[in-house]
Amino acid sequence: MSTLSPTITDFNTGQGGRGSRPPTSFGGGDDGQGSTGPNYGERLRRARLGLAVAITPIVMLFVSFTSAYIVRKGLPTLDETTGNYVRDWLSVNMPWTLLLVNTVILLFSSVTMELARRQITRQAALAPVRSIPGVSVGEERSFPWLNLTTVLGLTFLVGQWLAWKELENRGFYVATSTSSSFVYLLTGMHAIHLIGGIVALMYAAIISWLHRPVEARRIVVDVSAWYWHFMAILWIYIFALLGFAR
Amino acid sequence: MGLALLAVIWLITLASTYFFIAKTWWFPAGLSTAAAGIDHQFTVTFIAMGVVFVAAQLALGYLVWKYRDRGAASSPVEYSHGNIKLEVLWTTLTAILFVGLNLMGSPIWAAERFRPAKADALPVEVTGMQFAWYFRYPGADGKYGRTDPKLMDPSSGNEAAIGLDTADPAAKDDVVTGTMLIPENREVDLTLRAVDVIHSFFVPNMRFKQDAVPGLAIHMHFTPTQIGDYEIACAELCGLGHYKMHGMVKVVSQADFDKWLAEREAAKQ
Amino acid sequence: MATTAPIHAHAAPQGFIRKYIFSLDHKIIGIQYYFLALTSVFVGMFLSLLMRIHLIWPAANLPLIGEIKPETYLSLLTMHGTIMVFFVLTTAPQGGFGNYFLPIQIGAPDMAFPVLNMLSFWTTFLGFVVIIAAFFVSGGAPLHGWTGYTPLSALPSAGPGEQLGADLWVISIAIFCLASLMGALNFITTTLDLRAKGMTLMRMPLTVWSWFITAILGLLAFGVLLSAGILLLLDRNLGTSFYVPLVVVNGQIMGHKGGSPLLWQHLFWFFGHPEVYIAILPGMGVASQILSTFARKPIFGYKAMVYAIMAIGLLGFMVWGHHMFMSGMSPYSAFAFSLMTMSIGVPSAIKTFNWLGTLYKARIRFYTPMLFAIGFVSLFVSGGLSGPFLAQPVLDIPLHDTYFVVGHFHLIMGVAAIFGIFAATYYWFPKMFGRMMHEGMGKLHFWITLVGTYAIFMPMHYLGLAGHPRRYSQLTEVGYLHNLIPLQTFMTYAAFVTIAVQFVFLFNLFWSMFKGPKASDNPWESTTLEWTTATPPPHDNFGGHTPVVNHGPYEYSVPGAPRDFVMQTDPATTRAH
Repeated sequence: MSTLSPTITDFNTGQGGRGSRPPTSFGGGDDGQGSTGPNYGERLRRARLGLAVAITPIVMLFVSFTSAYIVRKGLPTLDETTGNYVRDWLSVNMPWTLLLVNTVILLFSSVTMELARRQITRQAALAPVRSIPGVSVGEERSFPWLNLTTVLGLTFLVGQWLAWKELENRGFYVATSTSSSFVYLLTGMHAIHLIGGIVALMYAAIISWLHRPVEARRIVVDVSAWYWHFMAILWIYIFALLGFAR
Repeated sequence: MGLALLAVIWLITLASTYFFIAKTWWFPAGLSTAAAGIDHQFTVTFIAMGVVFVAAQLALGYLVWKYRDRGAASSPVEYSHGNIKLEVLWTTLTAILFVGLNLMGSPIWAAERFRPAKADALPVEVTGMQFAWYFRYPGADGKYGRTDPKLMDPSSGNEAAIGLDTADPAAKDDVVTGTMLIPENREVDLTLRAVDVIHSFFVPNMRFKQDAVPGLAIHMHFTPTQIGDYEIACAELCGLGHYKMHGMVKVVSQADFDKWLAEREAAKQ
Repeated sequence: MATTAPIHAHAAPQGFIRKYIFSLDHKIIGIQYYFLALTSVFVGMFLSLLMRIHLIWPAANLPLIGEIKPETYLSLLTMHGTIMVFFVLTTAPQGGFGNYFLPIQIGAPDMAFPVLNMLSFWTTFLGFVVIIAAFFVSGGAPLHGWTGYTPLSALPSAGPGEQLGADLWVISIAIFCLASLMGALNFITTTLDLRAKGMTLMRMPLTVWSWFITAILGLLAFGVLLSAGILLLLDRNLGTSFYVPLVVVNGQIMGHKGGSPLLWQHLFWFFGHPEVYIAILPGMGVASQILSTFARKPIFGYKAMVYAIMAIGLLGFMVWGHHMFMSGMSPYSAFAFSLMTMSIGVPSAIKTFNWLGTLYKARIRFYTPMLFAIGFVSLFVSGGLSGPFLAQPVLDIPLHDTYFVVGHFHLIMGVAAIFGIFAATYYWFPKMFGRMMHEGMGKLHFWITLVGTYAIFMPMHYLGLAGHPRRYSQLTEVGYLHNLIPLQTFMTYAAFVTIAVQFVFLFNLFWSMFKGPKASDNPWESTTLEWTTATPPPHDNFGGHTPVVNHGPYEYSVPGAPRDFVMQTDPATTRAH
């Protein structure tokens, strides 16, 4: 077997001998950063794409739980003694009022989250203006929508914990029946994912305190906001599922 | 190197094919009414896949030899991005072959599994547990008596192993054994149960296999066509004793079966 | 969605820890994944060696290990399967080569989210530590098989190893799910958003297509596996009854009621079937890449290959029930799943025809990567053609849970996919480590492994026809198995030889890293972007400039071109597509 011919290095025209061109200037789709700073517009778009991709497996997780729930609910089980199939689905006595209050809190937190997102979007848009020496745009103090959202999120979690306590009072523990297991499973998994969202909000608060560039912080808040809205929609879905498929 | 590849690929292909055709290791005799259909479908699939297997491997070996780089002596490479007509052709043919095979086998599947057991089938309950099979005959009343998990005691075997509630009148004539005795040429209506984990009731000679799942009572049937003793092997991993969870199906004449059952019933009085 | 602007490039790191341990560079992370998979495969291979010895000499007393009890055999096979499927087949092709070469092949300086990439590796590593820990806890490793059917895997009292070992097994898999999802996120975002100018979707190498579609499969499937694992942990530890009905183990009534064992199977296989396509698709991509390169010919039917990858991915989600024909599932569902399963054979066949078409009127150079790619095709045909038997429920009746199935998936996953990994290793080693691997050792490795693996796994089909069930730790109890012991013995000896030659590969790998002859930038005269840059590539992959792509990925032997290959970045004036 002959050895391979050496790579021809002088064939390609163009600079660098590799057939490529130097990068063009940052065109289109950014926030007009010019060629010196990082391209935040592109980074935002990429982060949002990443979030959309990340939400997909979370949806699959809950689709999986839902399918298990629906099928199990309709499935008769074998009575070991007689060999006959019987329906044994036990409806859970849910604390609907408490859960409704929690739902309102979470929906309200979505409103505050959206206000926070828009607030920082405006601030990020004004950042280049602010950086011009001598220019002031006022409004240095602004309402802490982000932190309010965090507080509301924590309140929701406390409320969920209270709902669990109430379920226990009514005799429905995790392993009491398959139906009660699903209630704890669905609400618990949602809560875990919400905690992830709260961690993201806390991270956003920390980097604000550390005075990171507002454009970078805007990306964090933006992505967290969309995730937060998804958590709210997911909760509505779980609430409806537990309500209608009782 | 091309020649070596051709030789080795062809040799492996022909050697493996030889053992398949020679049936050196093969299915055991199929002695149930379902066997003929299943074996026939296997043969058709086997021939079809066998032809494809040999053709593809021989082609691969041939191509890597024929189109080896021979330096200046090589023919020019055919610069081609493909051929739509060919793609359509072989896609269609493959689809027809695969789907066709499937549709051919479907009536056999339907005949075995879409219908319940015949009205005059012999009911037998098969219960799997770590690591033994038990068989229950409902007796003259045709009803399986009550079983209770609380009464289960595997160490005592038979009735106690499946937790038969001897207080239940319907249970009084139930016969429980560790060996499955059934009459030839009569359909058995099996109810498959499992006590602890999933087991699988596999009788190669009957071309029969069905998982026994806890929490389910699965109805299945087969009809043995020849007198003899046939081994049962558990075919779903069930724990450390999975390899020794086997049993026996004894197919006897209807007369012998009736005699045996009567003896067992009498012994219960 | 291609971009000309590089992403926020992180500066080259300083210091050993940032450079090699917690590196954000996809190339280092790819190598880390590769070495994790390499460790895993030798662990998995060792476990299978013990299994093969035990089958033939059940009473043997081995040095250091002692006698292998039946339950130990089952633990060995459980861990062998789990480690091989997850930490080898889902790690090396995707996490290893995909991580290293996806960004380069599309002209990007790194993955979209480098920090997440680093985290995904270390999470995978954590999963590996947890599963190995299962060997060392009280009770040992679980014995319920890599498929973990309930109730066996849900009841701590159902067998030795089913206590803490089984919990660690579930936790390890859950950790692996999270790691894979992180990786999938990166692969998908990178492929969609970071392609260089001119790198349209239909100019991407088939390796990139396979990594991309594999990542989508993972994105959709691993969430379901995670859900299955969560339910299993709840059943095992909090007394819930998702999977477990009222059962009696050894005379003791367990505290569960109303659960469905089939629920686990549905959830597991909804993941499990896409998983096997996750295991093979990257190998198919690599085979296409290497066959084209060393045949000096464009891949036959590039577009058809892309659509076939997509079809396999899509159909892969619709066939999971074919693992459950005997499970007690409705026979009508079985019919539907069976029809879908036969359909999935069609795109696989298309790919095989196209590989053969690539070799037709080619000019084949027999370097080691090419040998493994050719071997891949042969093994894929062999392993694939036993599929249509199992896809038919009537034929599944005698063949389900026998060695026929074991032979089928080993030829496809345990050999063809591994050949894909070997082919990729020999092909990309020069680019990754700047040196050439030894050809002689490579060829020896190829020949013995090809013949050896056929000798081990082809006979499994014969065993299956004869009715030999799988997962039997001994062949002494069931009468009709006695005649099959000679064949099992032959397979064990074949395994000894095949396993031995893997150490030649290991030696070649490490020796060549330090002592191999230095490699040029493009030793194989290949066309894709990784061969346009330095060997090994600089930190940002392209040395400060962004490539511009003018050609498709497999422009070999273009009539009128000055050489027999046109690189993707060659000027547009070069005649090609």
